[in-house]
This record gives sequence, structure tokens and C-alpha cells, in this order.
Amino acid sequence: MSDNMYNEILLDHNLHPLHRCGLDCATCSAAGLNPSCGDQLTLHLSIEDGVIKDGSFTGIGCAVSQASTDIMLELIIGKTAEQAQRLKTLFSKMISGEITDEELDELEEAGALQNISKMPARVKCATLGWNTLEKLLKENS
Amino acid sequence: MTDIKKDFPIFGNNKGVVYLDSAATAQKPKSVIDAVAKYYYEENANPLRGLYDLSVKATESYENAREAVRKFIGAKSTKEIVFTRNATESLNLAANSYGRENICGCSEILVAISEHHSDLLPYQNLAAQTGAKLRFLECDEFGEYTAEALQKALTPHTAIFAIAQVSNIFGRVNPIKEFAGICHKNGTIIICDGAQSVPHVPVDVVDLDVDFFAFSGHKLYAPMGIGVLYGKRELLEKMPPFLYGGEMIEYVTRESATFAELPHKFEAGTVNAGGAVGLHAAIDYIDSIGFETIIKREEALTELAFTEMQNIPYINIIGSKNAHEHNGIITFTIDGVHPHDIAAVFDADSVAIRAGHHCAQPLHQYLGVQSTARMSIGLYNDEKDIERFIETLKTVRRRMGYER
Ligand SMILES: Cc1ncc(COP(=O)(O)O)c(C=O)c1O
Repeated sequence: MSDNMYNEILLDHNLHPLHRCGLDCATCSAAGLNPSCGDQLTLHLSIEDGVIKDGSFTGIGCAVSQASTDIMLELIIGKTAEQAQRLKTLFSKMISGEITDEELDELEEAGALQNISKMPARVKCATLGWNTLEKLLKENS
Repeated sequence: MTDIKKDFPIFGNNKGVVYLDSAATAQKPKSVIDAVAKYYYEENANPLRGLYDLSVKATESYENAREAVRKFIGAKSTKEIVFTRNATESLNLAANSYGRENICGCSEILVAISEHHSDLLPYQNLAAQTGAKLRFLECDEFGEYTAEALQKALTPHTAIFAIAQVSNIFGRVNPIKEFAGICHKNGTIIICDGAQSVPHVPVDVVDLDVDFFAFSGHKLYAPMGIGVLYGKRELLEKMPPFLYGGEMIEYVTRESATFAELPHKFEAGTVNAGGAVGLHAAIDYIDSIGFETIIKREEALTELAFTEMQNIPYINIIGSKNAHEHNGIITFTIDGVHPHDIAAVFDADSVAIRAGHHCAQPLHQYLGVQSTARMSIGLYNDEKDIERFIETLKTVRRRMGYER
């Protein structure tokens, strides 16, 4: 079961992340911690006029948290804070197994993490970046 | 001897599963499960409370278990054997009760850097409450603690030294007897965490000369919820109770109470008699196999896994480079793969290993690793299990998207 969790999309974002770096133009940052494994990541966003202009992340984590965060950034850059928040809600719905097919389409590559919903121990890894995003958006709206 | 697995019903009920997480908790032989069932089928009553036949039987079973534990660790008297829930509670009892009377603001508490959080946090708390200073004894990169380093770390103020006999990360046996001698010359008591040693090596608390020794039943093939604290009688006698309530009193008035004799002074409330009976059966089971056989089997398997692992360039083993110093516990990392992902790949092949910080975060910080994976062997594991482990191990990087 966990083998098909590591599909190509996830592996690719883990090994070759697009947004794993610092962000000089960041207007805000927030740290997220997964207390059960000690993994930590920091999310950096550049928000202008309610639009996420750019974003990146730093920190250590498993393939699931790293890839999930990278995919998330790919998805939310260029979107408004509200749109990003909506995607976060959809992602949570997917993880709890309540998402519709149309909603799943909206999540694009993040849909590659759908199988995590069957692995309770890894849910925290998949949602670490998204939860940090939500925190950051709340603090900066 | 290859039939040991048959004694453990869980393997029959989970065909194809390779269990290599015995350091977290061991599986239970049928004899243990049956003994617990028999206690509840035939002998259950509240031990120590009633004056009728069943209660007498229950009391006997419970006290027989205490005697079995006494013999198992070589204590002088059953008064020195306190039943608890687990090693964590045992260590909290020792730290709190001994600490309350013997630690003050000018005291120092020395803790080995590799300790499990259960053998660290009770002293962190004690230090915070009393103002005592918490200090650490550091090991080398192979997990070795030396007598010289201990000698140097002790000061005239060191009241307590806490160290595991076997660390749950390194698997290495620490020279407890030598350390106890050094501590006692300094007027320091030694609290030994035996959670990972009792399943693998014979223990004699009198020979080791430790002041306190703690372990959990569940890592020793017994049920969860039963643990042991051994303490030297002269220390336990002087210590105040840890928890207060029923069963631990002698006489109670509205304002005050006198407390029951050892060991009952430390066993407040209704005890886990079924758990104690299970622990008794587990000790009998271990005795029936014998430590000589257990050590031989576990050493051979550790060596088999270890040698294979050493030949794989991207695998880093934590601790000693010598298989014989691992006692069935091999903690490792794989270059480029997060330990949680390692465990997940193993899980896909039905091989159970653990990943994370293993409740030893300060050690991971000290070693400069975020987290690790760990395989640990029990007396039921066999060559086939190790072969399956190695087979999967060799595929992890590839399955995580690397070329090899
Ligand atoms: C060395 C060591 N000490 C203490 C403990 C705590 O044991 P328990 O959780 O049974 O109290 C463990 C178990 O994880 C351990 O490995």
C-alpha cells in the first residue's frame, strides 16, 4: 500500500524540488513542526495586494512533507490568498477522503497525495506545509 | 530451536510479517497470554484486600510474580521489587521520591546523553523544581562512555547519575558495575535504566551494585502495563511514597497516615495482578530458553544483518562498528532518504521497523542527525527475517527515485 504512495510525481518533487530555497523578497515566513518526528519546515511567501507573488520553503523532512509542500507552492504561486485558502480546504478534504472528482481536479498534482489518506501515520507529513500555509495566511491577512 | 516463532501466536495470525521492532515492544508467547487469561478465568480478586479464598489466591499469584522478578534480576529481597506500570513510571518514582528528600539547589544530576526521554525528563523536572543543576555525560561517536569521562564529570555535588545499561539507539552494553563503583566512591547514587538490557543480557543487580534499576514488562515478552523498579532496601526504606491512596497505608486518621511496609508503600491503589502474572510467565519462558541460547541467536542475527549493511556504501550505522556491541539493535540512516520514508518502504514489504528520534532527541542533536531508522531483534527472529530485511534495504534508494 505504501509503495504506491511513492508515485513518480511525489518522488520527483522530493528529489528535484522547484521551490526549496530561500526567498529574498519574502514578506512573511512561518515555521511548521511535526512533533511526532521532529521534522520542521519554514514557509516563505511574498504577498502583494492579496496575491501570492512568490514562495519557497526550507527545512528538513520526509519525502511526503517535502514533495507535498513543493507541489503546494507550485499550485498557490500567482493565486490570491483566498484561492490558496480554498485549495488548503480542498487538500484537507482529500486527506479525509471526502473530496469530489471535480474538486480533486482543482488540486492538480497535489492529487498525487490522495493515497496518504489511507496512512494515518503520514497524514501529518502531507499536511505540514498546508497547515503552515494556513497559519501564515491567517497571520498576514 | 527454529520453532521459537511457533510459540508466538501473532506470527500465525499475521503471516508474512517480519517483526523487527522488538525494542519498541516485544511480541508475547502463548504461555504469557494463557497465564494472564488463566489468572482472570480462575484466580481473580483484588489482591491484598479480601480475606477470602480467591483473594488469597490472587495475592499469592501476585507475590509469586514478585519473587520471580527478584530471582530474575538477582535482588536480595522481594521488598526491593516494586511493581509499576512501566520503566517510565519506575524512573519517575525513583527520581521523584528519592529526589524529594535528597536533592537541593546545590545538587547536580548527571545524565548520560543517550538516555531515553523517560530517563531524562524526570530529572529535568526534578532540577527545575529544586534548582539542582542538570549536567550531561557525553559518549564518543561509537556510543562508548568511558570511566575517565565519568570520573571527570562527577563533582562533590553530584547526587544522581542516570544511565541505561543498554541504550535503545546504540544497543551497546555500558559498564554499569564499573560506573557504580566510581559513583559510590563519590557519594553519588546510580539509577540504571534496564528497559533494553533485560531482554538481551542476564542482569544481577547485586553484582552491578546499582541503587535503582528500572524496566518494562512489555519489552520482555510480558503484557503492557506492568513494570518494575528495583531499589536498594536501605534507600527505599527512607524514601517517601510516590503516589498516595489505598493499599499503601498502615493506619490512617483524618489528618495523617502511616505507610505500609516495603514494597507496598510504593504500590498505591489496585495493582496490575494480571500483568504481574504475565510477567512471571514471561520470565519462565525466557528461563526455559535460556540466555545462552538467546544471546547466541541474537548475536548471530545481528552479525548477519550488520555485515550486509556495512557492505552497502550509502548506509550509515549509528554507534559501534562491531556487531557484537549492538545486542540486536541496529540504528541507521540511508543517504538521501528520510527515515520515515525508509520505514514506509519496509512497511510496503511487510517488514516492521521503526523510524524517528526514538525518544532520544538530545542524542540525535548531539550526533547531528535529525532522525534515524532502527531495526531491533527479538528471540523469535530468524535468518529468514534478516534476509527479508536486507532484501528490502537494498531496494529503498531505488524505490525512492535514485538510480541506485
Ligand atoms: C532505554 C529505554 N528506557 C525507557 C523506555 C520507556 O519504556 P516504557 O515506555 O515502557 O516506559 C524505553 C522504551 O521505549 C527505552 O528504550
